Amino acid sequence: MISIRDVTKSYGGFRALVDCSAEIAKGEVVVVCGPSGSGKSTLVKCVNGLERFERGEIVVDGVSVGDPKTDLPRLRAKVGMVFQHFELFPHMAVLQNLCLAQVKVLGRSREEAAERSLALLDRVGLRSQAAKRPGELSGGQQQRVAIARALAMDPICMLFDEPTSALDPEMINEVLDVMVQLARDGMTMMCVTHEMGFARKVAHRVIFMDEGRIVEDAPTDAFFASPRSERARAFLSKILHH
Amino acid sequence: MAYDYDWSSIPGALPFLWTGMKVTLRITATAVLAGIALGTLLAAMRLSRSRLLSSASAAYVNTFRAIPLVMVLLWFFLVVPALLERLFSIPRHEDTRLTSSLVAFSLFQAAYYAEIIRAGIQAVPSGQLAAALALGMTAAKAMRLVVLPQAFRKMTPLLLTQSVILFQDTSLVYVASVADFLYVAYQVGQRDARLVELLLFAGAVYLAVSWVASRVVQRWQERLAT
Repeated sequence: MISIRDVTKSYGGFRALVDCSAEIAKGEVVVVCGPSGSGKSTLVKCVNGLERFERGEIVVDGVSVGDPKTDLPRLRAKVGMVFQHFELFPHMAVLQNLCLAQVKVLGRSREEAAERSLALLDRVGLRSQAAKRPGELSGGQQQRVAIARALAMDPICMLFDEPTSALDPEMINEVLDVMVQLARDGMTMMCVTHEMGFARKVAHRVIFMDEGRIVEDAPTDAFFASPRSERARAFLSKILHH
Repeated sequence: MAYDYDWSSIPGALPFLWTGMKVTLRITATAVLAGIALGTLLAAMRLSRSRLLSSASAAYVNTFRAIPLVMVLLWFFLVVPALLERLFSIPRHEDTRLTSSLVAFSLFQAAYYAEIIRAGIQAVPSGQLAAALALGMTAAKAMRLVVLPQAFRKMTPLLLTQSVILFQDTSLVYVASVADFLYVAYQVGQRDARLVELLLFAGAVYLAVSWVASRVVQRWQERLAT
């Protein structure tokens, strides 16, 4: 589904990504973790072309992301993305947030879009909030709306860029619950997150990055039981012991 | 010796003064609408990735902001009609004074609006654009549906303030002998030898309109702040 081959990217002199390669199969859930500045967010944003990369190739559902001839909007319409800061559109109601791209990008009728949106809001437990503005919701509720908005496009896979890092601790679980459910329903997911509990519960594989490189790419159990690299071991001991 | 004020010529001249005010309002409205439309385009060009579009827009904005408005008006009044006459053989007796003023004001204001709109667009968090693009919108759609509505909300007070300044600046069309409010007031004053009264009256009208408009802007800002 997602195939990343030798991707390299630099900002000025700083090498953000160095020869990154990974495969994510249909239905697979992969967690990407690593210290801040390791390039994990950059990598996930390269997958739908929000970030450009200089070398290498990323192929999503048979379409090359870096190819200048690729119709990126069309590809992005099929790839859901959830951001750290939710990025709901503050000037429209929750329901309109979900409907906008369905109508303007997919060409669905307003009635059809609204119907699907309400069903998805139901799924994330927020149907009663449909008429509110995003600013009236808690962070956890906003992120659940953002997930529903991405799902409204019927994506073939979902990208998560630190979806819980901006949340107060008591709101993290309500978002993770939605993500766990999504994973169990068979969605292909690439999740940049530090939530190791989530990784253990649903991830098939864990990718560990440091200084722009993919240092480790291992099945979840193997990664937690015995990380091969010293850096992954150090990282895990830091984040798992409190 | 004290000046003997005589306001008696004003009531009878009100219908005539109103025709002048209509011209003033027409220039203001045209320049606001055309200026914001062109200014939005210039701002989008300025922020685009294309270096050509960006520098073309920068050149336009910087040029107009570096020239006094009176010069632009004179230039459009004197040079452009002659140019049009040569290029399209529009007869000279055709009255192009109002048209040339409308065009000059619109182009001039666009440069000022462009800077306000650019700042407004930049004040919208970049994640909003990313989110719109991630949903499959083209850059143009993302701009129109997501970024600009938020940007205009933020910059409405500034746009209105700029428009109040524009309303006052329209009086400069006297250099092109366009019969706007000030010009008409001046004519009435000369006709009745009551120039001082008429100019005071005109000033009071400009003051009143601008003051009311500023109050509206203030209200708006207070509402946005809460």
